[in-house]
Amino acid sequence: MNAWMQISLYLVLLLLLAWPLGVTMARIYQGNVPGWLRPFRSLERLFYRLAGVDENQEMTWQQYALVLLLFNAAGFLAVYLLLRLQAWLPLNPDGLTAVSPALALNTAVSFASNTNWQFYGGETTLSYLSQMLGLAVQNFLSAASGMAVLVALMRGLSRQRTDKLGSFWVDMTRSVLYILLPLAILLAVFLVSQGVVQTFAGAETAVLLDPTDAAATTQTIARGPAASQVAIKQLGTNGGGFFNVNSAHPLENPTPLSNLIQMLAILLIPAALCFTFGDMVGSRRQGVTLLAVMVIVFVAFLGTAVYAEQQGNPRLDALAVDQTISAAQPGGNMEGKEARFGIVNSALWATATTAASNGSVNSMHDAYTPLGGLVPMLLMQLGEVIFGGVGSGLYGLLAFAIVAVFVAGLMVGRTPEYLGKKIEVYEMKMATLIILIPPLVVLLGTALAVSTSAGQSGATNPGPHGFSQILYAFSSQGNNNGSAFAGLNGSHPFYPLSGALAMLIARYWLMIPVLAIAGSLARKQIVPASAGTLPTDSLLFVGWLIAIVLLVGALAFLPALALGPIVEQLLL
Amino acid sequence: MNNNQKLYRRALGDAFSKLNPRHLVRNPVMFVVEIGSLLLTVLFAFSLVGIEGPGDNPGFTGTIAAWLWFTVLFANFAEALAEGRGKAQADALRRTRTETPAKKVAAADRNAKVETVASTALRKDDLVLVEAGDLIPSDGEVVVGIAAVDESAVTGESAPVIRESGGDRSAVTGGTRVISDWLVVKITSNPGEGFLDRMISLVEGAKRQKTPNEIALTILLAGFTIVFLVVVATLLPFSIYSVQAAGQGTAVTVTVLVALLVCLIPTTIGGLLNAIGIAGMDRLIRRNVLAMSGRAVEAAGDVDVLLLDKTGTITLGNRQAVEFVPVGGVRPQELARLTQLASLADETPEGRSIVTLAEKEFDLTPNGHSTQLAEFIPFTAQTRMSGINLNGDAIRKGAPDTIAQYVREQGGTIPGALQTAVEAIARTGGTPLAVARNGRAVGVVHLKDVVKPGMKERFRQMRAMGIKTVMITGDNPLTATAIAAEAGVDDFLAEATPEAKLKLIRQYQAEGRLVAMTGDGTNDAPALAQADVAVAMNSGTQPAREAANMVDLDSDPTKLIEIVEIGKQLLMTRGALTTFSVANDVAKYFAIIPAAFAATYPALGALNFMGLATPQSAILSAVIFNALVIIALVPLALRGVPYRPLPAARLLRDNLLIYGLGGLIAPFVGIKLIDLILVALGLV
Repeated sequence: MNAWMQISLYLVLLLLLAWPLGVTMARIYQGNVPGWLRPFRSLERLFYRLAGVDENQEMTWQQYALVLLLFNAAGFLAVYLLLRLQAWLPLNPDGLTAVSPALALNTAVSFASNTNWQFYGGETTLSYLSQMLGLAVQNFLSAASGMAVLVALMRGLSRQRTDKLGSFWVDMTRSVLYILLPLAILLAVFLVSQGVVQTFAGAETAVLLDPTDAAATTQTIARGPAASQVAIKQLGTNGGGFFNVNSAHPLENPTPLSNLIQMLAILLIPAALCFTFGDMVGSRRQGVTLLAVMVIVFVAFLGTAVYAEQQGNPRLDALAVDQTISAAQPGGNMEGKEARFGIVNSALWATATTAASNGSVNSMHDAYTPLGGLVPMLLMQLGEVIFGGVGSGLYGLLAFAIVAVFVAGLMVGRTPEYLGKKIEVYEMKMATLIILIPPLVVLLGTALAVSTSAGQSGATNPGPHGFSQILYAFSSQGNNNGSAFAGLNGSHPFYPLSGALAMLIARYWLMIPVLAIAGSLARKQIVPASAGTLPTDSLLFVGWLIAIVLLVGALAFLPALALGPIVEQLLL
Repeated sequence: MNNNQKLYRRALGDAFSKLNPRHLVRNPVMFVVEIGSLLLTVLFAFSLVGIEGPGDNPGFTGTIAAWLWFTVLFANFAEALAEGRGKAQADALRRTRTETPAKKVAAADRNAKVETVASTALRKDDLVLVEAGDLIPSDGEVVVGIAAVDESAVTGESAPVIRESGGDRSAVTGGTRVISDWLVVKITSNPGEGFLDRMISLVEGAKRQKTPNEIALTILLAGFTIVFLVVVATLLPFSIYSVQAAGQGTAVTVTVLVALLVCLIPTTIGGLLNAIGIAGMDRLIRRNVLAMSGRAVEAAGDVDVLLLDKTGTITLGNRQAVEFVPVGGVRPQELARLTQLASLADETPEGRSIVTLAEKEFDLTPNGHSTQLAEFIPFTAQTRMSGINLNGDAIRKGAPDTIAQYVREQGGTIPGALQTAVEAIARTGGTPLAVARNGRAVGVVHLKDVVKPGMKERFRQMRAMGIKTVMITGDNPLTATAIAAEAGVDDFLAEATPEAKLKLIRQYQAEGRLVAMTGDGTNDAPALAQADVAVAMNSGTQPAREAANMVDLDSDPTKLIEIVEIGKQLLMTRGALTTFSVANDVAKYFAIIPAAFAATYPALGALNFMGLATPQSAILSAVIFNALVIIALVPLALRGVPYRPLPAARLLRDNLLIYGLGGLIAPFVGIKLIDLILVALGLV
């Protein structure tokens, strides 16, 4: 009961915030910047003048893709160099050394691709400059890149007989300047009010009040400019924590209120983009339909996770651990969870962070019950389309929608159409690519890992759980989530390198077909709807799209899951 | 029956010859099954000589291999069966295309010098003379003459048709026979390019190319196949790792992996895809419609706007008398009698309808008049009236203004009531026909276009399907409005000229709509060429037939509606079987996954809630189900999913329930049943 009240409150707040934000975003992307943001127009124009960009010069899908790739490559290079050179650069109060090449490569790819997979602990590896200038900047830019691709796709759906999809530079700049920056500033200030640390000062040494060991009487408390980075890590579905334990760290997520607001921030923009979509394609209902798909799947997975964790772990019972729910304790499986968040807020976070391709954590998923751990894993394996990354989640879901429309369209006896655009060979080719590449990357990566000694060495648990750890790692990187099961040992260069490859493929091999679809759709004429047109804003379509998403995910991963979390649960 | 047996035997033979990988490679799903079958057959052969891997069981491998071959054969059989009917028809057509002597003439004149050549030697623009009893040697255009032609070889219709030079009945088809009189025909096609040749290659499916929709679906199916290939291929390392982790069992065998792969890839739709396409074309052919490409058939399913000619399609084609309106104190019965008299010799449908109406309303039998002394006045272009002179009475009927002039010439006056009656009839869309006796107007006959029965209902269904119907007519807007309202069409184009038609089509297309139309005249050709789906009447001219992408051999303009339904049915069958095929996989996983890992993780047996007897029987049952379901669905693939004219939302709901939910549940039942049978027979 308490659980459902908390979940309902969360969802209601999320939808109430997402709606106006989504509508505003649609206006921004359509060039109709709301009055209160208009003072920044001169700043926006200044950027264009400095960069020599003509904001009215629109691009074809090929130009859009090329510019996007080059821009992301530049970001990758900048982060890589920054990490390699951080020892000689300023803002390194704790005197951290250069990051190793494999780790720097993995980290740079990870942040440029909006994955934020972390094979490192922030406080012991990265200087403040690396965090701020490298990672935080990529948090903004990778999020904006995803949003830009989505906007191009939305234009492809709403325009006709043109090959122009808008300007990447404009979409990018507007995403950062009018959406991500203002929200991040607001959130950062709020987080500071809750006690999230924001300082350039180095680590603090504290004397332990109640040392348990005579040799350890002091503790080093890492600090840094965390609030500013935490804000964008949540808003941009990046998820890379400032500290190693991410938002389970008391200085990264101190209070239940900061926890709630951070959870809202995780899904805010992905949810809002559904409203943006509706407005940009001219039918709010269409956007709400997609949002309904996301919310329904989300609630189903969330319910499973909360249930599994509240049930507790029978193995703990055997160790005489009290797992009953009472006023004094949350009960259930509290292993790996923060007492200040409890079961519901941990499971809610775990579900939200993997539904969206965020990946930040406030509890350790590795310590969940097998069924509870299956929820975040399967959510990632579904292709990060239930909310998903900012922009990327919705364009992924749209690829599923294209497939759903295609099969359903055949079933009503018409060449399938989505929003009046005929879905033909080219679109199917690209949509099939978008849907199939992530499972292939995940399965092949996992297969490679379990059949090499380098890969096997990473699993720190015996039995099916070790398999789950490896599968989780590739599910996360192969879908640009970045969530870690915690426990996988990434010291062998195998994981950073194969992971980097997985992240690159999953991000950019999908963006290109998405833009190709956008380009192809933009050229097509919009067919007016009639009674013979398949309605794509009905409850039936919501159900059908959910079925397609779940079916593709389940069919691709059921055998692997059976050998991991499913058998582990059955063996409990 | 005998014919059917022949059809099946031929299909059975073809099923084997289609095993040729060069043929199967065009169908990625079935190609993978064939490779899998080959692989297991080789493994089976090795195991017979004692070479086998750990956990292999030669009998099991052999049985699975056999069922995989059946799977491929069943799919091939379905395709061959679909082709069979067309092939039989092509054979029949080919027999009519035997070499015939042709009488080549130098000039378009019956008496020109005749040179006998073989029909195959004829070239475009040659002139030939065809006389009663001769076969027309090749497709052509009549330049001189008029003749009755038996076209049953092409159309199956036994009643002869008239072919004459000029106008819309000038096209003749090679292989048809002139049964009276003679024609001079200008040949319009070179040997091997004629209508009959095209028809043979069409019905045979020899030149069948995949339609865009089929290609898109094949891509999706190939995508699924690739994913499942990787799922199954990665399962081997996963299983090896799991065996190490669990410390028990053996890695999954190649036999089980191949069985799993074949069960997972969409073999049901993959195996039946070609059969569905061929059967769709065949359904058209059986309704005597020849589609020049599968693309056109599919486009028919997408049509948004139907342009229908009023005459012959919506109305019966002739005006019918429906009412007698007397003026100047004449009794209605008297008017009916006079008009019936005036129409006795009028053999036009209008005239006959007047005689019938008088008989029906006033019991006036046409034989009740003594007309020995009558003088019938036929309609001429000069007088523009017809009638009868009998017993000193001169009765005339004609268009109101003609009769008015006639009355004035006779010194009579036009009563105001006549004008009122004429206007009233015109307002309702009818045609008034005035009647006068001895220079005095006696009344008006109301002639009306009669809408074919059932059209209103048909158009209502069209509207429910989301198709807009537009009536094309040469009538004035007033008449057109009335008929359009009566027939229940959504819109009309009055006073239509070929240019106006073309413009209308372009306008709809600019709005993004797909337009279908029928036509037969040469002046229809541009519009036919512009329309997305264009059905030419076989009785039409050669240019019309060439501009169209379908030809209706029955020359029945209402057939367009059936064509649309067949197009939709074709797509629906593909969609339904795709959904069914993919939904089937869920049950197959529950059969095979616990079975495959029974030794490593016995706990996974909890997923075996079908309670299948042994791991081997579970896998075998899934494979057998997968093969048999293809055979079970062949009739559906050939017949097509039943189409009902419903809005898309309802169609989707119904089909999802049947093929989606059904596809989810059916294999659970089927696999369990097969498992029970295997156990009962002691085969596992």
